[in-house]
Amino acid sequence: MLTDGLVKNNPVFVLVLGMCPTLATTSSAINGLEMGVATMFVLILSNIVISLLAPAVPDKVHIPVYIVVIATFVTVLQLLMQAFVPSVYETLGLFIPLIVVNCIVLGRAEAFAGKHNALESALDGVGIGLGFTLALTVIGLVREVLGSGSAFGFKFIPGDGILAFVMAPGAFLVLGYLMVLFNKFVKKQ
Amino acid sequence: MAAKSTLSNMVICLTGVCLVCAAILGAVYSVTKVPIEQASQKAMLTSIGMVIPEGGELSEAISDEATGMSYYKSVAEGKTIAYAVNSTVTGFGGPLVLMVGVLPDGTVYATKVLSQSETPGLGAQCATSESFISQFRGLGPDKKIAVRKDGGDIDAITASTITSRAYALAVSNAVTLVKTLEGQVLNEADSWSGASTKAEQTENKEEQK
Repeated sequence: MLTDGLVKNNPVFVLVLGMCPTLATTSSAINGLEMGVATMFVLILSNIVISLLAPAVPDKVHIPVYIVVIATFVTVLQLLMQAFVPSVYETLGLFIPLIVVNCIVLGRAEAFAGKHNALESALDGVGIGLGFTLALTVIGLVREVLGSGSAFGFKFIPGDGILAFVMAPGAFLVLGYLMVLFNKFVKKQ
Repeated sequence: MAAKSTLSNMVICLTGVCLVCAAILGAVYSVTKVPIEQASQKAMLTSIGMVIPEGGELSEAISDEATGMSYYKSVAEGKTIAYAVNSTVTGFGGPLVLMVGVLPDGTVYATKVLSQSETPGLGAQCATSESFISQFRGLGPDKKIAVRKDGGDIDAITASTITSRAYALAVSNAVTLVKTLEGQVLNEADSWSGASTKAEQTENKEEQK
């Protein structure tokens, strides 16, 4: 169940979910990593709560209920980050509230947490969260190396890199090529 | 998996979930309110310390009525040795808030980003890029503070002209404020008011004719 999210059901490379933060926050490896961890936090907690709530929620209002739960956790996360890690909040600020509309979180709530028990849902949250974090970090790393000649903020190639990779077009290119490589080599096993 | 939907259980369920969530949010908000304020206050004091020369005693925040900007005065031996101006402009991704240290003669001492929501990896570099920030340091009062495209001397951050332009504007606003304040101290009827600037412009136009 844990490795499912990492490889077989990798949210970015296989399910192709959550493209907005994937493309927008991966301009460097650190940004990608932080965004991934933030999303994982919301994913695990919302998965647990939703799996507990699901049996009691009337069918017609289950989506609004899920969204309220997810939005609550995202806001909690936002407040906590603002209070205790203001520097991280500064870099990601805009994208934290956007986790609410990240289809991975609602997607997992709908496809998995609503039909499984709390423990399984928590594990699914960890797995998918790790898969998302890994994907974002790798995309961020590739873009950072090509675009600014550094890795995790540590500069090892002097001068400017290929600027396009730091900008939006680079995100699409890197994502596309990584998806191809991932599906060719990793998913087959 | 789920219970059958009826009007009453839908209403009860949604209301209940919303109430619980609101309660959780209220609790977290009240717990984090003080740390958030402390964090921003600390960041504020640290950044003021970074943009003005050491040695002065810092005043409380003063609000300028005409521009709505707030600033801090650093006073040593009864003389103002520097101003730290909190300057907000609209950047590319939202408000860009700078702390600008300005000496009384209108020279920029240093600048620091307080908060920004520019594009990560691009415009966001305005907070970290030493080669960009250092351009503002020691900029004289008679220099035009603008990016090269607008006829100034500031090299914009690559691919982030809008952010760079906003940054320059924020610094320029701060300098103008300090000049105004100093002008008021030295000479109440100095020519920094909008009216006289307009008059000068009209004169220039007439000369061109």
